[in-house]
Amino acid sequence: MSYLDYSVATAPSGFRKILFLSWPIILLVCSVCGVGFMMLYSVAGGSVDPWVDTQVRRFGLGMAVMFVVAMAPIWFWRNVSGVAYLGSLILLVAVEFFGDLQMGAQRWIDLGFIRLQPSELTKITVVMLLAAYYDWLPADRTSRPLWVILPVILILIPVSMVLRQPDLGTSLLILMGGGAVMFLAGVHWAYFVSVITAGVGLIVAIFQSRGTSWQLIQDYQFRRIDTFIDPSQDPLGAGYHITQAKIALGSGGWTGRGYMQGTQSRLNFLPEKHTDFIFTTLAEEFGFIGAFSLLALYALIIIFCIASGLRNPDRFSALLTYGIAVTFFLFFAVNMSMVMGLAPVVGVPLPLVSYGGSSMLVLLGAFGLMQSAHVHRPR
Amino acid sequence: MKRPTQKNAELARRVSRRAFVIGGLQLAVMGGLVVRMRTMQVEQAEDFRLLAEENRINIRLIPPSRGLVYDREGLTLAQNEQNYRIVMVREDAGDVDDVLNRLVKLVKLTPENLDRAREELRKRSPFVPVTIAERLAWDDIARVSANAPALPGVTAEVGLSRSYPNGSYYAHVLGYVGPVSDFDLSRLDDQDPLLQIPRFQIGKTGVEAKLEKPLRGKAGTKQIEVNAVGRVMRELSREESTTGANIQLSIDTPLQAYVQARLDGESASAVVIDCENGDLHAIGSAPTFDPNLFVRGISVPDWQALNENKFRPLAAKSVQGTYPPGSTFKMVTALTALEDGQVTFDETVKCTGHKEVADVRFHCWKRSGHGNVNLRKSLKESCDVYYYDLALRVGIDKISEMAKRLGIGVRHDVPMSAVARGLAPNKAWKQEVRGRDWRIGDTVNASIGQGDVLASPLQLAVMTARIATGKSVEPRLIKSVDGVPTPERGGEDLGLNENNLREIRSAMFAVCNERGGTAYASRINAREFKLAGKTGTSQVRRITAEERARGVTKNEDLPWERRDHALYVCYAPADNPKYAVSVIVEHGGGGSKAAAPIARDIMLQALYGGTPPLEAYPSAARSQAARTQRQTATFDPFRSPLDDTTETEGDDA
Repeated sequence: MSYLDYSVATAPSGFRKILFLSWPIILLVCSVCGVGFMMLYSVAGGSVDPWVDTQVRRFGLGMAVMFVVAMAPIWFWRNVSGVAYLGSLILLVAVEFFGDLQMGAQRWIDLGFIRLQPSELTKITVVMLLAAYYDWLPADRTSRPLWVILPVILILIPVSMVLRQPDLGTSLLILMGGGAVMFLAGVHWAYFVSVITAGVGLIVAIFQSRGTSWQLIQDYQFRRIDTFIDPSQDPLGAGYHITQAKIALGSGGWTGRGYMQGTQSRLNFLPEKHTDFIFTTLAEEFGFIGAFSLLALYALIIIFCIASGLRNPDRFSALLTYGIAVTFFLFFAVNMSMVMGLAPVVGVPLPLVSYGGSSMLVLLGAFGLMQSAHVHRPR
Repeated sequence: MKRPTQKNAELARRVSRRAFVIGGLQLAVMGGLVVRMRTMQVEQAEDFRLLAEENRINIRLIPPSRGLVYDREGLTLAQNEQNYRIVMVREDAGDVDDVLNRLVKLVKLTPENLDRAREELRKRSPFVPVTIAERLAWDDIARVSANAPALPGVTAEVGLSRSYPNGSYYAHVLGYVGPVSDFDLSRLDDQDPLLQIPRFQIGKTGVEAKLEKPLRGKAGTKQIEVNAVGRVMRELSREESTTGANIQLSIDTPLQAYVQARLDGESASAVVIDCENGDLHAIGSAPTFDPNLFVRGISVPDWQALNENKFRPLAAKSVQGTYPPGSTFKMVTALTALEDGQVTFDETVKCTGHKEVADVRFHCWKRSGHGNVNLRKSLKESCDVYYYDLALRVGIDKISEMAKRLGIGVRHDVPMSAVARGLAPNKAWKQEVRGRDWRIGDTVNASIGQGDVLASPLQLAVMTARIATGKSVEPRLIKSVDGVPTPERGGEDLGLNENNLREIRSAMFAVCNERGGTAYASRINAREFKLAGKTGTSQVRRITAEERARGVTKNEDLPWERRDHALYVCYAPADNPKYAVSVIVEHGGGGSKAAAPIARDIMLQALYGGTPPLEAYPSAARSQAARTQRQTATFDPFRSPLDDTTETEGDDA
C-alpha cells in the first residue's frame, strides 16, 4: 500500500493541477455559500454584523483549506486516513473533558483560533478510513462476517462517542455515511437488510424504554420525537420551533415575500434562524422557486460528485468521492426534512448555508479531498 | 495505478452499480423534498400565510370610557376620574434599584408597593411598562415629570378610573364597578372582548351592573405588529372606541342625601316615589357604605366591618329587603272587601280584642278591643279584628289578587340588584311551594299583613302611590339613557271604584290628621301639605299564649333582632297626591313611633324641596324636629356605620 500503486506520472503536477480541478463543483459550492451569506445578511436584519463577516472569513479560510487539500496527492490522503481517524477520536475524547457546554450538549472544543466541533470532522474521517479500508481489503473478503464486523466497529466507536455528547443528529449522519461507504464497497445486501431490520427493532426498543430506568435516549429527545409526531400538542413549548418553521416555509408561497420581507424571521418567530432553521427564511423570502433552486444547486453538486466518482477507476478515490457526496446529501436532506416537519428536529445545519465554522471548514476540506481524488485520478 | 486485474475490474463495476443505486436513492429523496415543498408552499400557502399574519399582527383593544351617571338635575353621580400613575420600563431604566431609590425621594411609596413593583419588573419582559404607583396627586406627577432626566424609563401616565362623588348616598342604587372576575365571565353571557382585558372594570351591582351594556360603550381596536417576544414594532391601523351612554337617574340628590342622613343610625330603608309618573326621587337604605372603596379594591378590615355589621350595610334594603307589611297591608284587605261588595263603609264589626277562628284565638293589638269598628275607624286606629272578619268574607285569593294589582308580590322593573318579588300568597302558592293546604288561619294572618305576606319598601311605596291616584303607577329609576328619555310606563286606571278609593284615602287622612289616629303625632301642620298614611308594626316573632297571659314583652326589653319592624306608608298632599313615601325601620318597634316621624320628615323635605320651616311641624314636635334638622345637616356620609351610636349621643349632649 504505497503511492507506488499509483501511476504518478499520469497525474498533473505543480500548479497545473489547478486546471484539472472540477471547476463546476467549486462554482456550485461558491454559489451555495453565496446564498448562505445572503440569507445571513437577511436574518441579521440587513446587516453584515454579526454573522456575515465572520462567515465570509471562515469561507475564505475554508477555500484555502480546500485548495491546499486538493493540491496534496490523493495517495497521501489515503495513507493518513488512519491517523486522521485516530486524531478525530482523540478530539472527541478531548471534547468530553475540555469541551464547552452549549444548550445542553458538549460539542465544541476551543482551539484558540477556532471553536472546533470534532463530531463534524469525524463525519469525514470515518468516510476516509472506510474508503482506505476497502481499498486495502481484498475484494473476496468484502462480505466475510469478520471483515464486515471490523468496519462496523470503526463506525460505532465515534458514533457512540458523539451520541454521548449528546448529539443525535451528527451521530446518525456518521452512522449513515459510514454505512453508505460499506454499501458502495460492495458488502452483501443481506447485511443491510438485517441491520435495517435491527434498527427498526431498536427504535421500537427505544420507545419501549421510555420512562423506565434503562431509558436509552434523553428526555428532551423524546419530547422532540413527540412534537415531531404531533407539533400541535405543544404549540408554545417544544413544538414551537417546528410550528413556526412550517409557518415560515409555507407562507413563502410560489415567489416568497421578498428579500428581507419575511415576517416570521424578521420578527424573531423563527428559532435558530441563522443556523439550523435558515432554510425556512430562504423559503419564506424566496418562496418555492428559491427553495427549489437551492435544492437544485445541491443536487448538481451531488451529480457532479457521482460523475467524478464514476470516471475514477481508483477504488479509494471513488469510494471517498461517493462517501463525501452521501455525507453532504445527508446534511441537507436531514436538515430540510427537519424544517419541513418530515423528520424530528435533531440539530443538523444546512450545509454551507447555516452559520457555523466547523461544518463550513470540514465540508470545504472534504470537497478538497474530493478534488484531490479528481485531480489525481488515474487516466 | 493498481495493476488492473479481472477482480479489480469486476469490483469497479460493482462500485459503479452501487453508486447508481445510492445516487438514485438520493434523487428520490430530493424528489420527495420537492413534493413536500410544493405541498406546503403552493397548495397550503394561503393557510400558512394566514398563520404568519396571526403571528405578527396583534389586535389591541382600546377601552372605551364608561358612560357617566347623573341625577335628575344633572349632578354627576358616577364619573371617570383621571388616575395619575407612574410606570417604568425596565430596559430604559438601566439600574432599576437606583432609579427606584431616586423615585422614593420624590413620591411616597410604601415598601409593599416597591416590592410588588420590583417583582413585576423582574418578571415581565424588559420593554413592558410596569405600574409603580397609582392614584397619585398632581403634585407627585409634576415632581416626577420635572425630574424626568434623572429618572430614565419612568413616565407619568393618565388613566381613567371610576369614582362616585356622592358615593355613600348612592351606594345601593348605583352600585359600583370592579375588575372583571372569572366568576363574572362564567355568569355573564357576554362575548365582548373587552372583558378579556385583565382588570377591566365592569358594573358589579346596582345600576352599574344592570345597565352595564349601555354604560360600557364599544371597544376600539388598533392593529399592531409585534415580534416573537411581543414587543410592539409599529401600529398598523386604528379604530377609536365609542364612549358609553350617559345615564340620568330620576333620583333627586338633595332628597336622597337627606333620606340617607335621616335614616342614619338605624337599619332602615325609605322610598320616595312620584305619584304622577312613578319617578323614584329617593331610594334610601341605611346604613350605607362608600362604593369607592370597592373600586380601589377594598381592604380586608373594611370588608369585614361591612360584612359583619348586623345592620347589613351592603344590602339594598329598599328593593331587596322584604318584610311582613303588617298593618300597612290593611288597605289591600279593605279594598278587596269593598270591591267585592262584602262590606259597606258604615258597617261595623265588634272588636273584643280577639277573634276565634277555627278554635284558634287571634288577637287585636289592643287587648281591650276597639268596640264597634267601621272601615274608617278600623284604619285610623288600626283595628285587627275588623280585618280578620273582612278577610274571612272575601277569602285569600281575592286579597292576593288585589295585592298584586297594587304592586305587592310582583317584581318591579327597576335596574337595581336583586329586586325582590315579595309575596302576595294565595291557595295555589301554598299548595305549590309549601305542599300544604291553605288554612283559614293563614287568611286571618294575611289580612293584617302578617303570616306569609312579604313586601319591599319599594312595593309599599308603589302600593301607596296607586291607592293615592287610582292609577297603575310604575316605578321609574332611569330618566334617560344617552339623552333619550326612557318611556313612562303605567298610568292606566287600575279599574277600582273611585268611591271605595276615596273612602280608603279619607281613612288614611284620618290616621294622620285626626286625634286618635295612629300617626297623629307625625302629622304635617301645613294646610296645603296634609298627609294621608298608614302605620304598620310587623311581628318577627311568635307571641305565645303564656307570654300573652303574662303580658306581651315590650320591644325595648327584647334583643334588637327580635323587636318588631316599624313601617309607615303615606302620601301627600292628601288632596292632590304628589309623593308617596314608604319607610321601614328594621326592628324599630312600633310604626307610629319609629317609622312615621321619619316618613313625615322625608315627605316635608320632598314637598318643600329643601329644609322645611318648623311651622310645618305640629307644635309638640318642633323641638325634636329642630334637633333632627341639625343632626342631618352635619351628617357625614363617610363615617363608618360602626361609630353611629356614639356620635349620635354626642350630638344629643
